[in-house]
Amino acid sequence: MSDNSPAVSTRTVDAVVAALLIAVGAVVVWDSHRIGASWAFDGPEAGYFPFYIGLIIVISSTVNLVLAVLGKGPGGGFVERGQLASVLKVLIPAALFVAATGWIGIYVSAAIYIAVFMAWLGRFRPWLIAPVALGVPSALFVLFEIWFLVPLPKGPLEAALGY
Amino acid sequence: MDALGSLLLGFGVAADPMNIMYMFVGITLGVLIGVLPGLGGANGVAILLPLTFGMSPTSAIIMLSCIYWGALFGGAITSILFNIPGEPWSVATTFDGYPMAQKGKAGAALTAAFTSSFVGAFFAIVVVTFLAPLIAAFALNFGPAEFFAVQLLTFCSFVGMGRETPTKTLAAMMLGFALAAVGLDTVTGQLRMTFGTTELLRGFDFLIAVIGLFGIGEILLTMEEGLAFKGSTARIDLKVVLRTWAELPRYWMTSLRGAVVGCWMGITPGGATPASFMSYGLAKRFSPRGSKFGTGELEGIVAPETAAHAAGTSALLPMLTLGIPGSPTAAVLLGGLLIWGLQPGPLLFIEQPDFVWGLIASMYLGNIAGLIVVLTTVPLFAAILRIPFSIIAPVIVVICAIGAYTVHNALLDITFMLFFGVVGYLFKKLGYPLAPLVLALVLGDMAESSFRQAMLLSQGSLSIFWSNWLVGSISGLAMVMLFWPLIARVRGSLRGRPNEPAVAAD
Repeated sequence: MSDNSPAVSTRTVDAVVAALLIAVGAVVVWDSHRIGASWAFDGPEAGYFPFYIGLIIVISSTVNLVLAVLGKGPGGGFVERGQLASVLKVLIPAALFVAATGWIGIYVSAAIYIAVFMAWLGRFRPWLIAPVALGVPSALFVLFEIWFLVPLPKGPLEAALGY
Repeated sequence: MDALGSLLLGFGVAADPMNIMYMFVGITLGVLIGVLPGLGGANGVAILLPLTFGMSPTSAIIMLSCIYWGALFGGAITSILFNIPGEPWSVATTFDGYPMAQKGKAGAALTAAFTSSFVGAFFAIVVVTFLAPLIAAFALNFGPAEFFAVQLLTFCSFVGMGRETPTKTLAAMMLGFALAAVGLDTVTGQLRMTFGTTELLRGFDFLIAVIGLFGIGEILLTMEEGLAFKGSTARIDLKVVLRTWAELPRYWMTSLRGAVVGCWMGITPGGATPASFMSYGLAKRFSPRGSKFGTGELEGIVAPETAAHAAGTSALLPMLTLGIPGSPTAAVLLGGLLIWGLQPGPLLFIEQPDFVWGLIASMYLGNIAGLIVVLTTVPLFAAILRIPFSIIAPVIVVICAIGAYTVHNALLDITFMLFFGVVGYLFKKLGYPLAPLVLALVLGDMAESSFRQAMLLSQGSLSIFWSNWLVGSISGLAMVMLFWPLIARVRGSLRGRPNEPAVAAD
């Protein structure tokens, strides 16, 4: 398999997304029905408005699903294998960064994330990585913790420094 | 004229050297906030509000409103250079601004955006100055049915004017409404779609969705096309500015239309975002070059920017005269007024003329200051473009994460942001429009409550939306917009040519 071969066709993704949206719409309809989607003695119930919203999602997504299955939607390959790999190269580190934020604070995880990203994808030299990876979180720290007084998630390092 | 005399008094207040200084500080901070995705006008003003408690209310409101103008200006910079709208109302600016930047005409695009912003704001300030009493009286007649009809018109315009498949527009829009409904229902106090979790009680904030859909989604799309960050160098020199200025008067009709739409949407709480889209849609329909919109037309920048600024500025009119904010940022400013001990409303004009007219005069001066600041500092922001994408990308992700976190100080919001990023990536590739989704998320609660109030008045009968000429004509127009794709199709087949379904071009 070469890197240019499509990993999945647009038609498939189109149909899957439409099907997922039908499911979302169905959940909205179901939940609105659960809490009451009709007329109470004092006016419309809580599910009155969302009920119809959910209904429109189901109807319009069904049309989209039919269009996709019949091949009337956008065609071609959705994403090439090489492209998918590049997208995942951003998405997975970003997800790890977000996960790490809860443990070691946003500043330390940001420094690691930027450093890894620059070294792995940008192939920068360490003497270029260090100032960016350390400088950006430090600047953000001064901006938010000291100037704007907006506390961001912090971890053990900041605690050791007295914050 | 009475208003002119009061305005002169106001200029006396606003021209105080300290106030002029606060004006420039506010504008510069505002541009910075507007450029950083996630630190928008509303939460930027909210974060900085406590800093102003030591100032006099007049100086404070001048600085905070200047942050607002700065954010309005700043949103255009990232939209044009990065294709990342710093603010929801600059989404429409990306449609033509970014293609222009890719063609190497970023300087002209930025000049057009700033100048149109200024023109729109100036038009709106004149409206605020002279029409405040008249328009306030008119909007007093608005009931919930009229409010809902205006919102309906906005949303139906997306279906009628959008280039995407109408059913996809509908699905994306309704997804926004559904997400807006998540959480505590403010009328009945019932929990909706929280599925027993406490984290979903808050619901989904549109800021999180905007940061994810546009910020993260765009980074994923850019990665897919390779590491080269598609931003051309943006140089603004006097020559580009003057050449663009010479070209702009050609689009006077678009500017005027944008300014009128903007003022209308700003005063009725439609807000800057729908105004920018409506203006863009109208310009696309009526411009002789409409078919080229989306490929980098100067007119496609003029339309949304004029409307967004006109709306953003005129949103202060109902806030000052009636105490009803026309936009989220105006709502934050309203909160500031209350903290300073000023009661917004008609009496404010009588009891605090210094404050009111000082603010209005500062809007004139602040926008002139804004135009100067943005035109001179753009090279600074354009320098960011020369930094390789593998440095910019993680920094944008980090800033997006911070922006998402600071909205509610919730870690889960950062996860939602990533999720919205993936949704944005998928939707953009499949031709689902993102703008109606975000707009529905912003206006969802407002639209729902006006719909429910209207239903209460009519005891559940939809005929209330046709009960008088005003609401009837707005709703009627909304229905024409909604069924426009069908109407166009029928007209097309009547003329005997094969119908062309509107398929997404991007």
